[in-house]
Amino acid sequence: MIKLENIEATYTTVRGRVKAVEGVSLEIPYSIILGIAGESGCGKTTLMKVIYGDTGFPLELTKGSVDYGFENDRGQPVTSRNIQREWFRNISYVPQSSMSSLNPVTRIRDQFTDFPATYGRKREVLESVREYVQELGLPPESIDAYPHQLSGGMQQRIMVALATFFHPQIILADEPTTALDVVVQKDILILLMRLQRMMRNTIIFVSHDMGVHYQITHKMMIMYAAKTVEYANTDDIFKNPLHPYTLMLTSSLPTIGDERARTGLPGRPPSLWDPPQGCRFAMRCPLATAHCHEVEPQLLEHLPGRFSACHRVDAIPELAAKVWRGPKLSELANDQDKLIAQVESALRADETEGAAAAAALKEEVE
Amino acid sequence: MDTILETEGLNKEFVLGGFPRSIKIQALNNVNISVTSQKPVIISVVGESGSGKTTLAKVILRLLQPTSGRVIVSNQLVAGKGAKPDKTEFLRTVQPIFQNPFSAFNRYRTIDMYLYETATRVLKLDQAEAVRAIEEALAAVGLEYKDVRGKYPNQFSGGELQRASVARALIPHPNLIIADEPVSMIDASRRMIIINLFLALKQEYKTSFLYITHDLATAYYISDYIAVLNHGKLVEFGEGKRVLQSPQHEYTKLLLASIPSLNKKWTEDLDWNAPIGATAESLA
Ligand SMILES: Nc1ncnc2c1ncn2[C@@H]1O[C@H](COP(=O)(O)OP(=O)(O)O)[C@@H](O)[C@H]1O
Ligand SMILES: Nc1ncnc2c1ncn2[C@@H]1O[C@H](COP(=O)(O)OP(=O)(O)O)[C@@H](O)[C@H]1O
Ligand code: SF4
Ligand SMILES: [Mg+2]
Ligand SMILES: [Mg+2]
Repeated sequence: MIKLENIEATYTTVRGRVKAVEGVSLEIPYSIILGIAGESGCGKTTLMKVIYGDTGFPLELTKGSVDYGFENDRGQPVTSRNIQREWFRNISYVPQSSMSSLNPVTRIRDQFTDFPATYGRKREVLESVREYVQELGLPPESIDAYPHQLSGGMQQRIMVALATFFHPQIILADEPTTALDVVVQKDILILLMRLQRMMRNTIIFVSHDMGVHYQITHKMMIMYAAKTVEYANTDDIFKNPLHPYTLMLTSSLPTIGDERARTGLPGRPPSLWDPPQGCRFAMRCPLATAHCHEVEPQLLEHLPGRFSACHRVDAIPELAAKVWRGPKLSELANDQDKLIAQVESALRADETEGAAAAAALKEEVE
Repeated sequence: MDTILETEGLNKEFVLGGFPRSIKIQALNNVNISVTSQKPVIISVVGESGSGKTTLAKVILRLLQPTSGRVIVSNQLVAGKGAKPDKTEFLRTVQPIFQNPFSAFNRYRTIDMYLYETATRVLKLDQAEAVRAIEEALAAVGLEYKDVRGKYPNQFSGGELQRASVARALIPHPNLIIADEPVSMIDASRRMIIINLFLALKQEYKTSFLYITHDLATAYYISDYIAVLNHGKLVEFGEGKRVLQSPQHEYTKLLLASIPSLNKKWTEDLDWNAPIGATAESLA
């Protein structure tokens, strides 16, 4: 089991310090695929960096630690302090785009042998790399190519091969298929699922696509504004959510065959520079009360294995039923005024917290 | 009945490199789409990257000459042999919205300058009329003139900027708006605002849309018609719900089966014991 204990991760910028992950505690059982979801900017990538042990200016682990649940070859427990020594061999990373992580001027094969685990036995390792990529459906000579000579789908397959070659205990994947078309994406995701099932390792998978989470993950953690708001089995996340934000994430986008009108998620998460007191979701929550705005809900196990940080867990089934029974788009489309009124209210809501988002975006653009 | 959009034997060939070692890319390969309707409609063009979607948009917008074939929008011949539409008249008929609002607008020009330019150059309005037209168009997308005036692109969020692009396109009250991946740069949670806005504008402004996307779910949601492109060929065209609920072409079926939907899990018919391998598609 991997234990995250009260993780707080902080960026230092010219403007000051901002906590991108705050108070995240989680127990992740081995041999599952854990999904992490939440709107952009909520801290998913930062948390992945912390788990990988890839901290360093401007990112700092300011509180807490990760206990990976296994010992290193010196018999010491592996934690945030010494995880870097396990890179490649026991923990690996599949990034969003191979462009940023495959060295463009190095042949693929050298990227497999370019780290300490292979020193002194390159030839032997290369032979098994060749065999391994072939098993994954790649031509064996693809490892003699430079990255740009391969298609996007092949490159991402190579990334998966690199990340799984040493059968690491833990594999982290941050939006690994976001840049791919759906046909190739499905292939890569199925490859990951099959490897995970074969090797019994733990995959932590970040995606903004709830459909991808539904298809491949066993458990999910939902993040909102640097915190965990829900943690449960994937099927419960979709069918019996215990947090209003989870419900909105899973039901706000259209799916094929579903005729309900969808509004997306109007409004924006609060700025991490000046988070509100009380529940961080209160501004956008249809169930919010005065109490929610004052007192921050803690992440509690409301039902076995189902954790939620919400004061009004009991009111969620009714809210869910209401959302799931919502009007069909065709009903709205025939009632022009209703449709236009709904769009107008969504447009207005989009401006809540708009100033903060614009400022944040402005920073990113500059 | 009006011809909203018709492409007839549309071809576009790109030639890369020089003679004798030139490579030809058939970006559009005999594309025939025809939509006639009394009411405004939303037509989606779906397909994977490189399938020719942007090329189709550019040919309709007269930004690219077709190699052969022709395009009719609102009963007017706009592209192909013999097409010589009056420029202003054309811009009152067809307007574009582009994928990346940050690159569509120059960062050193204020947003209202773009709106003003469209109002004065395309509609030939005087200053007071132009301001009125801008106010009206901004209101339709939920923005206020006073909040937009004098502001540069980087003072807006991606979603707000894309709404400003929609407002600009609305000013001439065009018959057809061509939106090339208009939401792919916007955070997933806020995409529906733009998508629903298109639906409301179809009703309120009687504008038809050509919605170009690789996202089948939003295409399903808003389309009256869907065109599926694959390697420059139109593989399937028809009424929106029909195309995605009972696809006829193998490629449409493959696309649908690849969407990570919330209905059926892929693992249900996954043979865990089969060798891992890879499909030809994923290595292409
Ligand atoms: N290098 C950085 N410097 C300063 N702030 C950062 C940096 N990277 C991310 N952040 C901030 O940390 C927050 C979380 O970012 P991130 O972990 O990338 O979120 P996600 O992956 O969920 O989109 C955001 O508000 C972002 O602006
Ligand atoms: N200006 C150009 N010169 C050469 N080839 C091009 C040009 N524009 C597009 N192509 C090619 O035409 C094909 C279709 O491209 P495009 O219309 O951009 O597809 P999509 O928008 O569906 O991703 C691709 O193979 C692309 O590489
Ligand atoms: S604590 Fe209150 S505001 Fe927060 S999610 Fe629960 S009901 Fe909504
Ligand atoms: Mg991220
Ligand atoms: Mg394109």
